[in-house]
Amino acid sequence: MDKVRYLVSGDCAVCVEFGNEISPEINRKIRAFKIALEKQKIEGIVETIPTYRSLLVVYKPEVIRFGELTKSFDKVLGSMDSIQIPPPSVIEIPVLYGGEMGPDLENVASCNGITPEEVIQIHTSRDYLIYMLGFIAGFPYLGGMSKKIATPRLKSPRVKIEGGSVGIAGEQTGIYPVASPGGWQLIGRTPLKLYDAEREEPVLLKAGQYIRFRSVTENEYREIEKQVQNDTYRYVVHDREA
Amino acid sequence: MGIRIVNGGFMTTIQDLGRYGYQETGMSVSGVMDTRSACLANLLAGNDVDEAVIEVTMMGPTIRFLADNIIAVTGGDLGAKLDGLAMPSYRAVHVNAGQTLSFAGMVSGSRAYIAFAGGLDIPVVMGSRSTNLKSKIGGFQGRKLGAGDEIGFRAPAMWLPNMAERRLAPDDFSARECTLRVVMGPQDDCFTEKGIDTFLGSTYKISNEYDRMGCRMEGEIIEHKAGGDIITDGISFGAVQVPSHGNPIVMMADHQTTGGYTKIANVISVDLPKLAQCMPGARIHFEKVSIEEAQRLYCEWNTEMKELARKLTREAEPASDVQAVALAAATCADSMYWGKCAKYRVIVDGQEFFIEL
Repeated sequence: MDKVRYLVSGDCAVCVEFGNEISPEINRKIRAFKIALEKQKIEGIVETIPTYRSLLVVYKPEVIRFGELTKSFDKVLGSMDSIQIPPPSVIEIPVLYGGEMGPDLENVASCNGITPEEVIQIHTSRDYLIYMLGFIAGFPYLGGMSKKIATPRLKSPRVKIEGGSVGIAGEQTGIYPVASPGGWQLIGRTPLKLYDAEREEPVLLKAGQYIRFRSVTENEYREIEKQVQNDTYRYVVHDREA
Repeated sequence: MGIRIVNGGFMTTIQDLGRYGYQETGMSVSGVMDTRSACLANLLAGNDVDEAVIEVTMMGPTIRFLADNIIAVTGGDLGAKLDGLAMPSYRAVHVNAGQTLSFAGMVSGSRAYIAFAGGLDIPVVMGSRSTNLKSKIGGFQGRKLGAGDEIGFRAPAMWLPNMAERRLAPDDFSARECTLRVVMGPQDDCFTEKGIDTFLGSTYKISNEYDRMGCRMEGEIIEHKAGGDIITDGISFGAVQVPSHGNPIVMMADHQTTGGYTKIANVISVDLPKLAQCMPGARIHFEKVSIEEAQRLYCEWNTEMKELARKLTREAEPASDVQAVALAAATCADSMYWGKCAKYRVIVDGQEFFIEL
């Protein structure tokens, strides 16, 4: 891989650039660097924002200046091999596919010449890497969907899509954290709240984690929905093999 | 009780220094557009710099006071009036229940800040009181203020130490032409040498598309090496984004956390308030400085704020003879009125005292 670059992003942030493409390898490096940096507890760092290509480090110049900060990055990057990076977790997302919740499931199936059941089977058969969150609070940019269920966006976007809707747009799959307009093909909905400003951790997902969709029945959906509302739902999280 | 909004004005929101710590989830920082003016308003009103203030944009609101307090108005001169009379800006001012603060119209600058001693009773959401208009959280119900909204005071003050010193010379925002210093990067290497020269050598005009998210400018096209799209990257306040159309857009307080356009440079922190006060039509020049210089200026500003805070909050000297006379007068008046009034304004040899018994 190319050398890591420190790019000035104003006087209160530095962009630590790991590459210029979308790849799980770059994502892994960014995640590892973010964790290693957090372990160092460098005074003056306000927060870090992972993206496809880089980690933006926001800092206070009155505590630490650019030169000093990037020197400490050199040290962290030099000792990456000796730092224990926990494997990323896989969080399970229960989804009620088709019907009212997924009005475009049939469409996605016929578009690809398969049955709706096959679409569900393919969609739930692999883990999706969360490359980053952005656009709006809690929106995950996911990678790794099978081309067998790729479907172009709707020709005319819907005015309102409910929060929790699971959709497909081209070769991407995603979840709407809150109600918004959009042109994704909707195949189902999750009762989980990806974003809730009132919750202690307002956003459920983290960049670098994986998600796994699990098909649930309408009864299960209603049950989980109730548990989420009462704050008694227990998230199903797996470890991912390195 | 605190204030009632009689008229919301054009775009009046509650803001503090921003909601940091959640950008990795896609949540924008928000916060005040003109950090300097907001910090000064707070210091004058006896608050910490990061207390929530009301940000007033161009056409100001009408606000009725439902309780007494001390306030300070800073930033652009939007014609602040208290009960119809010119209200001194950059100064701690006593206001009483029943009085009305209004804004007659823009004189210079475009954003004013109102700080209230002891702060406004606004819930903290995700570590901040700032209004995030897009996510509809923070501030007053996640939206701009409108007629009928009522906001309480958390700890109103009748008195602040060093009251006589709580006045500053207003910053001047009358210029229609302004130089913004920038540090180059993070994607300055995506532009041709000619593109960089254009950016630093020509004049850009602020367009009408200027809101809390960003400031679009028009002028000579800045040449890319291979277009303005990149794989999505993080964005800082003040980032100068240049999409393929070649005109600059400066990312302001409500900017998205990430974006897929090349950023040629970043306006330095101490110059962002100047831009926040500019109006559409203003002419902008960009001037390159080093990161070391930008951070030296930032730290200088930071020290200036700390010193002002120290100066205003320092302990009062032992009472002078004049103060003793004022206190005696108030005590005397208090006994005359059977203690009905608890606050007195006493003038001794032309010096004004506020005495609370």
